[in-house]
Amino acid sequence: MTSFMEPRVVSLKPLDAFKNFLFVLPAVLIFSIFYIYPFIELIRLSLHQWQGIGPMAFVGLQNFKELASDQVWWQSMGHAFYITIIALTFQNALAFSLALACDREIRLKRFYRVVFFIPPVLSEVVVGIVWNWILNAGTQNGQNIGLLNHFLVQSGLPNLVHNWLSDPKTALTCIAIVHSWKGFGWGFILLLAGLQTIDRQLYEAAKVDGAGSWSTFWNVTIPMMLPVIMVVVILTILGSMQVFVLILSLVNQGLVYHTEVPVTRILWSMSGTNQFGYACAQAVILGIILVIVSFTLKKLSNYMKQA
Amino acid sequence: MKKLLTWLCCAFLVAMSGCGQPQKASNQIEVWHWMTDRQEALEFLAQQYEKETGIKVKLELFAPSDAYSQKVIAAAQANVLPDIYGILDKKAIFASFIKAGYVADLTPEFKADNGAWEKAIFPKALDNNRFVEGNVDGIGPGIYGVPIDVTNIQLVYNRNLLKKAGIIKPPQTFDEFLAQIGALKRVGVTPFVSGFGEMWLLDCFVSNYAFNIMGENKVFATFRGEVPYTDPDWIKVFGVFQTLAKKGAFIEGIVTKGNKYAEQDFALERAAFAFNGSWCVNVYHDMNPALDYGVTALPVMNPAKPMKMWGGAGSSFVVNNNSTNKDKAIVFLKWLTAKEQQSILAEKTNNLPANRAAMSSLSKVLADFAKIVDSTTHPAIWPLNEDPLVVEAFDKGIQAIIIGEATPEKVAKDVQQVKEHQMGKKAQRSL
Amino acid sequence: MFGNKYVIESFAKNTFIHIFLMVVTVSCLFPIFWMVRSSLMTNATIFVDHALLPKELHWQNYAIAWTKGNFGVYFLNSMIYTVSVVFGIVLVSSLAAYAFSRLQFPGRNVLFIMFVAAMMVPLPGSFVPLFVLMNKLHLANTRIGYIFCMINVGLSVSILLLKTFFDKMSPDLENAARIDGCNRIQIWWHVALPLAAPAIAVIVIYNSLNVWNEYILATLLLNDKGLMPLQRGLMVFNGAYQVDYPVLMAGLTMTAVPIIVVYLIMQRHIVKGLSSGAIVG
Repeated sequence: MTSFMEPRVVSLKPLDAFKNFLFVLPAVLIFSIFYIYPFIELIRLSLHQWQGIGPMAFVGLQNFKELASDQVWWQSMGHAFYITIIALTFQNALAFSLALACDREIRLKRFYRVVFFIPPVLSEVVVGIVWNWILNAGTQNGQNIGLLNHFLVQSGLPNLVHNWLSDPKTALTCIAIVHSWKGFGWGFILLLAGLQTIDRQLYEAAKVDGAGSWSTFWNVTIPMMLPVIMVVVILTILGSMQVFVLILSLVNQGLVYHTEVPVTRILWSMSGTNQFGYACAQAVILGIILVIVSFTLKKLSNYMKQA
Repeated sequence: MKKLLTWLCCAFLVAMSGCGQPQKASNQIEVWHWMTDRQEALEFLAQQYEKETGIKVKLELFAPSDAYSQKVIAAAQANVLPDIYGILDKKAIFASFIKAGYVADLTPEFKADNGAWEKAIFPKALDNNRFVEGNVDGIGPGIYGVPIDVTNIQLVYNRNLLKKAGIIKPPQTFDEFLAQIGALKRVGVTPFVSGFGEMWLLDCFVSNYAFNIMGENKVFATFRGEVPYTDPDWIKVFGVFQTLAKKGAFIEGIVTKGNKYAEQDFALERAAFAFNGSWCVNVYHDMNPALDYGVTALPVMNPAKPMKMWGGAGSSFVVNNNSTNKDKAIVFLKWLTAKEQQSILAEKTNNLPANRAAMSSLSKVLADFAKIVDSTTHPAIWPLNEDPLVVEAFDKGIQAIIIGEATPEKVAKDVQQVKEHQMGKKAQRSL
Repeated sequence: MFGNKYVIESFAKNTFIHIFLMVVTVSCLFPIFWMVRSSLMTNATIFVDHALLPKELHWQNYAIAWTKGNFGVYFLNSMIYTVSVVFGIVLVSSLAAYAFSRLQFPGRNVLFIMFVAAMMVPLPGSFVPLFVLMNKLHLANTRIGYIFCMINVGLSVSILLLKTFFDKMSPDLENAARIDGCNRIQIWWHVALPLAAPAIAVIVIYNSLNVWNEYILATLLLNDKGLMPLQRGLMVFNGAYQVDYPVLMAGLTMTAVPIIVVYLIMQRHIVKGLSSGAIVG
């Protein structure tokens, strides 16, 4: 619920408008220099063919035409969507439930708050090595090297032993789960911060009205949290659609095309096939898709707020 | 809170004032490199050089190699390349750098004194940096870079694990290889590991067999588009992987394995054979000094054609043509590739030297790697290279064969399709 | 009877919650435990020895990491960068977010949409033109140049987050201040910022982590060793072919400590709650 300092009916004096604009001036300045210029270059490069060095050849929309029929690109987009869906559901459900659990007065609250933020802090190197070890499917002298398979065998479930990262059916899901594990800490603190700013009096009022915990959740918590939830959703989508370091450390360039995502394709266009213009076209298309998705979501949330 | 803010303010102001670019001295050469394992050795040599000649060599390390390549390209765009740097990309990109005027032609230096410098370095290593008469990139013939070490990629084998399966000698032919794989599996040893999650390594392995099965001329003819990938010989090449996969030769998850993990696996004796380069000596020694292993070429499939392993220059430096210290840079590189310095480098970093005279003090395994230094091949010395998009379809197709998702025939068809698409685009562009 | 059932239900719920929290906790602590444990071993034993605590504790790995990795200089640089960038972002983005949320001016919506959309276009290929631009501005290979680039990187998300929190805040206190005669800046400084403390804490954490772990832009923009951040020091152990795992883990542990400290300090502000309507500091 926004609320403006000056009521909309009164017309805005130019001096006031200018003073207000000064607030955003530093941000706009920095943004124009460090983002707008490279962005324009990006668009410009996407209309050329370039190896990164040497002459550029203007090719108009050729890169985009080729991109439209690039099957691997659209497959990779689908893979990123899949990871995003899992992140939106699994990761955020985890983050929200943990935030709810820590919002109450429970013991070890401070301890949990620190622990849950460790995965985001961990370097990607460590995450890659550790999870590679956990999901390793190899054996040595009859023993499973990977921790997960080892644990399954010890728990009496040898049938579930699987080559997690090298089976096309499970690889992407494993990647999505590790990604969610690494990222839920962010959702956790954002949602916790949001929960903390809900006026406690609302909860008191609901209790007085006789509402049970579930009803309170639906009618007090969720509506008050809607803007924060929306931000978390958008940030989750952005983060998941642009995942790539994790993929490189878990499956390298491997598993045929089953674990490709848009950003790995962009990097490959740049360094593998030296097609800078094409890489820029890919980046532009990815950006457009993300913009469409985010703004559709925003419209949806506005509609829900009014409902 | 206020105190924190004032403290932050001060830090901010300090940071603001902490800007400024170092002066570029004329008695100084700037070198950008990516070799993390050689930083110490290079620093040591740089200090020695300063003592001997009074010229300061400023070494800056940028790793990993992708970040390094990006930096070099960006610096080229802004024309701020250092005096000495490296081009870690394909020959075609090397050519583009030369055409754009960022690389000095070193041929006169190499030919000087009756070709003294040229003769001191392994020819194969120089060939990586050489453009021959009539090359496809349109560069004037000559030598444009200086190799500071050589490397090659071969088959390594764990003697203990082979003994466990009753094998005494590594396989010479492909049939022997298959037999040994069977024997290893019977005693519960994983036969083969390699970093096939990295496409270049997969590419190296497959191209070795392609050359062996059909001879290099036919391979080049395929690159030119004269022979289709659906040719029976190519199907045989793809079939190599199907055979090995069906026999269970590959370690679990080989197509997602990075080379570092593959090295771990071999060092920890989880597989009997590995396909890796001469740099592995250092890695294996660090992880398992007691590892008893040997080096050999890949088992031959077709006795009528040679089995050539990939090798040549490991790391090479080029001199910035726009640099004001060009001469000093060239002198430094000559010094770096001289016998004494090469021996020091080889000793400190366990890499094969580029200077033939420095070969005497190598460890046994490294000396085994060095045996084929004069008979290697490498994409950088081929008359032409395949289009990278075709190479991608090719390597991914092989990964699909390994995990059992495709047959050699299907992969051949797919690759040929991409090939025809690319040839069509090239024809269009030249119109 | 009814009372007992309620007690049992509440007890069961609490137990279940605690088990759930414990499982997640273990999965989060395992990698950090492994990291510290590995930092005390050697390359030869790191993947072979499966004991929970290694027999020999190689504390010297930390000394090696510090000296060989030249951590002193890099540490200082990383601190400078992180403090400056975070300070810059908090300042710039809170001003802008406050304006987007509470103030009127022409182009307000368009500009906000632009900032949000900027988050969505990945700019991998844009590093090269950015470098060329920085060169033209004589900002390449300077601390200031890198700081401003990093400020820009975190701007969009910070503005979005802060605006969301400002929107949620009730304007009563601000209206009261306005009636008292405060101008815009004073309201922003004395009322809006303290109330948004949880959100500001979040963006401090977010941007600190980003800058502390950033590496690619630093490699691209900076040439001299003396300007490089901590991640550069770690790269020395993470070679292309050879990785000195234990020393790398020691380096990573040392790198992780300051960020965890920042988080510990900041997370207290996240949970201050509305009862602390009193102005902080």
